[in-house]
Amino acid sequence: MSVLVDEDTRVVVQGITGGEGKFHTEQMLAYGTSVVAGAVPGKGGQEVAGVPVYDTVSRAAREEDADASVVFVPPAFAADALFEALDAPLDLVVAITEGIPTQDMSRVYRRQQETDTYLVGPNCPGVITPGEAKLGILPGNIFSDGSVGLISRSGTLTYQVVDNLTERGLGQSTAIGIGGDPIIGTDFIDALELFDADSETDAIVMCGEIGGEDEEDAAEYIDQHVDTPVVGFIAGRTAPPGKRMGHAGAIVSGSGTGTAESKINALESAGVPIGDTPEEVADSVDELL
Amino acid sequence: MRLHEYQAKEVFVEAGIPVPDAELARTAEEAVAAAEEIGYPVAIKAQVHVGGRGKAGGIELVETEEEAREAADRILGMDLKGFHVDRVLVEDAVDFVNELYVGVTMDRGVGRPVAMVSTRGGVNIEEVAEEDPDAIAREHVDPAFGMHDFQARKAVYDAGIDRDVAGDVASILTTLYDLWEERDGSDAEINPLMVTADDEVIAADAVFNIDGDALFRQPDLAEMEDEAAEDDLEAKANEYGFDYVRLDGNVGIIGNGAGLVMTTLDLVDYYGGAPANFLDIGGGAKAERVANALDMVFSDENVDAVVFNIFGGITRGDEVANGINSALGQFDDIPKPVIVRLAGTKAEEGMEILNTDLVQVEATLEDAVQAAVAAAEEVDS
Repeated sequence: MSVLVDEDTRVVVQGITGGEGKFHTEQMLAYGTSVVAGAVPGKGGQEVAGVPVYDTVSRAAREEDADASVVFVPPAFAADALFEALDAPLDLVVAITEGIPTQDMSRVYRRQQETDTYLVGPNCPGVITPGEAKLGILPGNIFSDGSVGLISRSGTLTYQVVDNLTERGLGQSTAIGIGGDPIIGTDFIDALELFDADSETDAIVMCGEIGGEDEEDAAEYIDQHVDTPVVGFIAGRTAPPGKRMGHAGAIVSGSGTGTAESKINALESAGVPIGDTPEEVADSVDELL
Repeated sequence: MRLHEYQAKEVFVEAGIPVPDAELARTAEEAVAAAEEIGYPVAIKAQVHVGGRGKAGGIELVETEEEAREAADRILGMDLKGFHVDRVLVEDAVDFVNELYVGVTMDRGVGRPVAMVSTRGGVNIEEVAEEDPDAIAREHVDPAFGMHDFQARKAVYDAGIDRDVAGDVASILTTLYDLWEERDGSDAEINPLMVTADDEVIAADAVFNIDGDALFRQPDLAEMEDEAAEDDLEAKANEYGFDYVRLDGNVGIIGNGAGLVMTTLDLVDYYGGAPANFLDIGGGAKAERVANALDMVFSDENVDAVVFNIFGGITRGDEVANGINSALGQFDDIPKPVIVRLAGTKAEEGMEILNTDLVQVEATLEDAVQAAVAAAEEVDS
């Protein structure tokens, strides 16, 4: 088993005719993902990488029996694409796009709350269940099949931690890049709930970073509800206040909220060991399993 | 993106929020002329992106021409917490009886905008929020509807605003919210919102920060961006299109992906070094970006050694390696030692391509960081 995606997931790629959309469609197909359609307004009837393109998401979903989408649509049009995906409807929408205006995401998030759709991202690398399917831009070759569930706000940090895990023979059940923006769909708590209910996930790694209070909220949730052991990592210990560290969401406010220290303390109080280095994270998981 | 006070006030006035008479001045002569026209007393206020300007000596209240000249002379050209002051706002000094606070921001935890009102204006509102959170009335707004009129009234009455001005304050809050929404604000704040003896309400200070990701649809606001006020290196990073933050250590850091670069900074600190910068070159780093990134960290005089850490997903290790070789090959003398670690896509090929006469190659992130910390120490001693 796994969470969110598996070999039966049927995917529509929104923005499939763009450079990134096309490239990553090929990569996803090569990994074995069932990419069954593309959706681009005005481009219906074309084919990209052997995949039929439709004008609307709902038509693509209907004709090809799709239940998920991956969104590569540029920021100015991304909110509309997400509303369209939520309307289709689909079970899962993975938003890769970076740079969507925050107020747009506030409206999308508000709409998503009325649906049963899982929205992952935006500004995320995607979701992968090793050996079955990947939805997004994650490099498939570094992942291996196993029982560690991974949740991360950052792409390349995920790759680093996965590399350390794989080196020790610790494969992954599913890895979810939840994204680096201030407002995201699936958050740590949603992902923890999914992994905790998954019989094939024996340990969970969560990679957080500075900014916001999601890690603190997750710590409280872990303390009260999660039985599966959790190991954590927090990036941004050395970040100065008031400076955005790459991700739109990675910023320690002037008043001192969102610091690494506060997140580490909260998680440690909830019994979550925090690695000082990515290697230590893998060591902790190794000891647990 | 942050607007200066005078720019924010221009935006506020256009929306119908009352502000004091004011004029911008770049010289002491201009400041005096403005003061004469407005009439004393006036406040002379440094226009820099720094909190607590008053305490730092960037704001002065003056009553005569002589005082105005002296104050403008002193403030223009001063260094305010690292920012050079090159313009001041000369503003009618409002005779107030009360100082209030109103603000609008995005509550990221809830995913919704929040409007805030407090009777505790004129002081650092973040301190008020910490010491006495109940002193700020908060009203979350459903982004599908925008702020209802009743919500503005609710926030104003819950905050305990005087009945005589409650209607005006509610109307200013509504205007501020609509402005925030239309102009893609991230934070909009009036602190203090002054109340005069005649129950007039006027925005004595103004903060308007804009979501940088929304500037494509706010072209007039984008034009107000003031790059000259930024750190020189940060301006250069803008030009190259890098996410860059300057710190005060001596280990330069280049990497791909925000989380991994932050982690590299943290590891430098963990192994006893001090990071000089955050530099994310992004995905798919081609030779030119690699060369530009090296140019950035080399031109920071604080940097004694550089760690270059790439975990390739889309980014290919062989391309990065070729980029590093060609960028460093142009130097007769490499200005600072460079330690490289490549992992992920085509990393092994990349490691073989790297010219070890030019760089030191390490196999793991931990080893690379420790080597860079050691190299920086050696240069420093």
